[in-house]
Amino acid sequence: MALHVKTNVNGDAAEFLCEPDETLLDALRDRLGLTGTKEGCGTGDCGACSVILDGRLVCSCLVLAAEAEGRSVRTIEGMAKGDELTTLQRKFLEHAALQCGVCTPGFLVAAEELLRRNDNPTEEQVRYWLAGNLCRCTGYDKIVRAVLDAAKDMREHAHA
Amino acid sequence: MPKDIATRTFKQVGTRPLRPDGIEKVTGRARFGADFSMPGMLTGRILRSPHAHARILKIDTSAAEALPGVKAVVTARDFPETDDGLHDIRMNVMAREKALYDGHAVAAVAAVSPAVAKEALKLIRVDYEVLPHVTDVDEAMKPSAPVLHQHIFTANESPAAKRPSNVAGKYEFGHGDPEAGFRKADHVIARSFKVEAAHQGYIEPHACVANVTADGQGDLWCCTQGHFMVRAISAGLNGMDLSKLRVTASEIGGGFGGKTTVYIEPVAVALSRKAGKPVKIVMTRDEVFRATGPTHSASIDVKIGATKDGRITGAFAELRYQGGAFPGSLADMGAMAAFACYDLENVRTIGWDVVTNRPKLAAYRAPSAPAICFAVESVIDELARTIGMDPIDFRLKNAAREGTLSSYGPTYQAIGLEATLRALKAHPHYKAPLKPGQGRGVACGFWFNFGGQTCVSLNIGLDGTVALSVGTPDIGGSRASMSLMVAEELGIPYEKVRCIIADTASLGYNDVTDGSRVTFSTGLATIQAARNAIKVMCARAAATWGIPEDAVEWVDGHARPTGPNAGNFEPLSLADIAAQSHQTGGPIAGHCEVTAEGAGVSFGAHLADVEVDRETGAVKVLRYTVAQDAGKAVHPAYVEGQYQGGAVQGIGWALNEEYIYGHDGRLQNAGFLDYRIPVCSDLPMIDTLILEIPNPGHPYGVRGVGETPIVPPMATIGNAIAAATGVRMTHAPMSPPRILKALTENQAGT
Amino acid sequence: MRFESPSTVAAAAALLAEPGARALAGGSDLLVQMKSGMVQPAVIVDLKRIAGLGEIRETPDAFIIGAAVPGAALREAKALRKAWPGLVDGSKLIGSTQIQGRATVAGNLCNASPAADSVPAMAACGAMAVVTGPNGSRTVPVEDIPVGPGRTSLAKGELVEAIRLPKPPPRTGSAYLRFTPRTEMDIAVASVGIALSLDADGTVTAAKVVLGAVGPKVIIPEAAARALIGTRADAAALDALAAACSAAATPIDDKRGTKEFRIRVVGVLARRAAEKAIERAKGK
Repeated sequence: MALHVKTNVNGDAAEFLCEPDETLLDALRDRLGLTGTKEGCGTGDCGACSVILDGRLVCSCLVLAAEAEGRSVRTIEGMAKGDELTTLQRKFLEHAALQCGVCTPGFLVAAEELLRRNDNPTEEQVRYWLAGNLCRCTGYDKIVRAVLDAAKDMREHAHA
Repeated sequence: MPKDIATRTFKQVGTRPLRPDGIEKVTGRARFGADFSMPGMLTGRILRSPHAHARILKIDTSAAEALPGVKAVVTARDFPETDDGLHDIRMNVMAREKALYDGHAVAAVAAVSPAVAKEALKLIRVDYEVLPHVTDVDEAMKPSAPVLHQHIFTANESPAAKRPSNVAGKYEFGHGDPEAGFRKADHVIARSFKVEAAHQGYIEPHACVANVTADGQGDLWCCTQGHFMVRAISAGLNGMDLSKLRVTASEIGGGFGGKTTVYIEPVAVALSRKAGKPVKIVMTRDEVFRATGPTHSASIDVKIGATKDGRITGAFAELRYQGGAFPGSLADMGAMAAFACYDLENVRTIGWDVVTNRPKLAAYRAPSAPAICFAVESVIDELARTIGMDPIDFRLKNAAREGTLSSYGPTYQAIGLEATLRALKAHPHYKAPLKPGQGRGVACGFWFNFGGQTCVSLNIGLDGTVALSVGTPDIGGSRASMSLMVAEELGIPYEKVRCIIADTASLGYNDVTDGSRVTFSTGLATIQAARNAIKVMCARAAATWGIPEDAVEWVDGHARPTGPNAGNFEPLSLADIAAQSHQTGGPIAGHCEVTAEGAGVSFGAHLADVEVDRETGAVKVLRYTVAQDAGKAVHPAYVEGQYQGGAVQGIGWALNEEYIYGHDGRLQNAGFLDYRIPVCSDLPMIDTLILEIPNPGHPYGVRGVGETPIVPPMATIGNAIAAATGVRMTHAPMSPPRILKALTENQAGT
Repeated sequence: MRFESPSTVAAAAALLAEPGARALAGGSDLLVQMKSGMVQPAVIVDLKRIAGLGEIRETPDAFIIGAAVPGAALREAKALRKAWPGLVDGSKLIGSTQIQGRATVAGNLCNASPAADSVPAMAACGAMAVVTGPNGSRTVPVEDIPVGPGRTSLAKGELVEAIRLPKPPPRTGSAYLRFTPRTEMDIAVASVGIALSLDADGTVTAAKVVLGAVGPKVIIPEAAARALIGTRADAAALDALAAACSAAATPIDDKRGTKEFRIRVVGVLARRAAEKAIERAKGK
């Protein structure tokens, strides 16, 4: 029997009908049309479907859509303000930190959460925080540089 | 070589502008394969064989067809056999008499929801007669092995094969007499190697939407490296006219060669036609691993002899590659690539193409080369150590150069192997101190590169902006490179160009994005199309000024009068000419249709430091440097990205990535948890050195760079492990259990 | 299929008593099993809306970790991390940052994987599972919950409501180490949890050594603890510890490692974990 779920996505009220075994990932993509969140594995092993659920970074493929009732979800679509990219998004472009781009939304969501918690991470901290996000194109080098550079920019901006 | 390549100074090529598709990709708006939807769309799903090898006695789909919500069911019966050269791919897309591997498609359904589709699959009854199977290449070659196909007789064998076997073909290359060479050698080293199969591991599973009507017209959206190839096979398997099926390539979430063929697309077309509705199929990750293109696995013998002063006198390699259930293991290419780095008097290679009960091989970045490079470069390393020579000096002494007769036939033009080796030797990394337990390895690698059929269309807008349509999917930033080349050639800002990937109805045929060919051949065609547009614009300016066409030249984005009698006119900018085009002869465009030749072979050399935990066999990569010849780096950031990404894929294969089969012939690790591609915390930064030895075959000197970076890592890491431990690994991936076993055996032996 | 989110433990236990009911804590195992078709629950019982289950409580003599507390919250709990670093070592290895945002140690325990990271770590620290069912509550050592791969000693309708960790005696150190081919995103090929206490001279007075991924469930070799107790964990004692662990291991060959490899490596890990636990006990 379909469930009626009321939730909040990127600051806006959202509601949808879903099956009891439907994942949050499928609901975001198929019910709400938010296809920026990607499915790479469906088993929590690649991080392409990363979203923030009530302040925690999670794989939306491992969350049931029904669990989102009354909670708040943040996805890649909630990141840029209008046509203004976030520092992280800008740094990903400047550093050529994406090739095919399919893992990019997941990396951005994960990296944003890292920088919210730690504005001055070491390279090692970045690498371990992002270990759940697989990228097959870049070898991670430019991604790590983009995150470190974004952190630096954001610190300087905060202190300016 | 065109005179201006080596000395030409570029204004835009070689800079690092933001990619034109960037904002879409950092905001989640880019549409990848699974992101397309249509009103009234059905969900397609595929039933797959749980057996490695089984005769299909009967498929009963009646219960599935009767399930409410099921709109179509297809089996091999829906893809009738015709004599069209698509025999193997037809059989791979949908099993016919036999299921040939765990994961082989046997039927498919289209239904109103994923849940109904899943339920329908359970209702399809397949009666199998399970047959003996074989998944190992050496086992498959034995006379006692179960034979997959009764129609395969070893090609090129003399005397001709009399009975069917799993050995599809034998391929030989080389010149001189290796045996005579070994007799002249002071040291001869022979070793045997095994390399397990790897998967391309793209993060985006295969996905498509088909919308086809009963009269054989329709559309197909999919993630692919070549939508013209998808059209040819999907139309062919469904008996449709080529031009009535329009295929649009979505953004592609990685391919690395794995999306140069089809799996689900012809099935979606068949289901859509039968159901009379659009059908979407998206593979699960499990399906990607079980049914799509891994690489070959390989068993290799290498023998190399050298004099004590470091000159190679003879080289031999025998390659046994299995490429899954159909011929095409690329053992022939491996045999060609084996000794391509060296200038050899006596060299011979033999490649055996073998079939087994595994999914059909798909290309993976320099397909065939990493395994043979691992074997050859390991023996080269051991020879250098035996002789007591620096491993880079040993390679330099024997390196192929301009004029070298390659081991596979052609004589090289200008190539960059020496330059990359010298660059590595001069790099601070090569002299950095190492701690106990650490070791440093080096290896070099080669790839042929490819040109191929290419068609582009460049259209000048009335406002002086330029739209470029290409037919090669952008797999890693090629729209940026194409836009740079247009901007360079026309002399306009990069931002004034927009490059799109046109669908199959909007542009002439293009070969797939493979063979590192896009920046080379689509680039070459783009430059030619821009030059053709320039010709038109110069003619328009000449007509405007009333002077001969040959009295007009194109400089920095402007038509100018040139020569003593041309007269004195204000130069006309591209935008000026475009704005007047409706009065001067109509739209302005440039086209190019070409089979690009002269791709220019590619060489790279890698350097790695590793630390080996002798108690667990764990290897940590501490430092890694890639040097490679790019000919000309159009967008250096994306060239670096290719070097880094390829190197890391190679590191993954070197250390952990492998297809593991159980005794039942089923794949044991069909997921990202147990098929272990490197994660961020496994790696150091990957340093890159871009060498630019211009390719004479390209107007800007460009060589493809995408594939060579995956060739040397396995050997580089193996050589570093040998340096750290004194133990030579001959079985890749060099996983902790294999290393610990080798260390233990070595200790026991000494 | 139904989805239920009860607000009390009693209601959850009643729902779990229904046929085909499955508890949902972090979901990082259950959803994967549902996706693969391995399980098809008739009722999914979400524990996360039960008051108190998402909290870590500290009493004078224990820490009580609710069944819905994700791994990330354990890492953020400073007092717990200080008291039982070995437990946090183990729980933080359960998957990626994303999995840490969901996966719980109670779930890790009830999934009953032989390779579960938090189980040897918890068992070494003397953790008890607070089990509640239709007939009330009971408290059992965590190592008694899994009985084999995927099987637990929980009766129908029972759930692990919380994990109770005693406060450690003075000069106690704990550590958990595992071997995985990758640095992250991997399943233990072999693992060891150790907790030990020292007297003022640095002699080991108590020790518990728990092996993971080398048998159908955790192995607690008495000989391994005996190798340490009464010694200052010198080289000979550590060698004896390693040998005792290797001798006790009964692993299988599978896609993740060979039997031979696991037997060797579990000894190596035991030695290294003991060294780390000793350092921690000494306050280093």
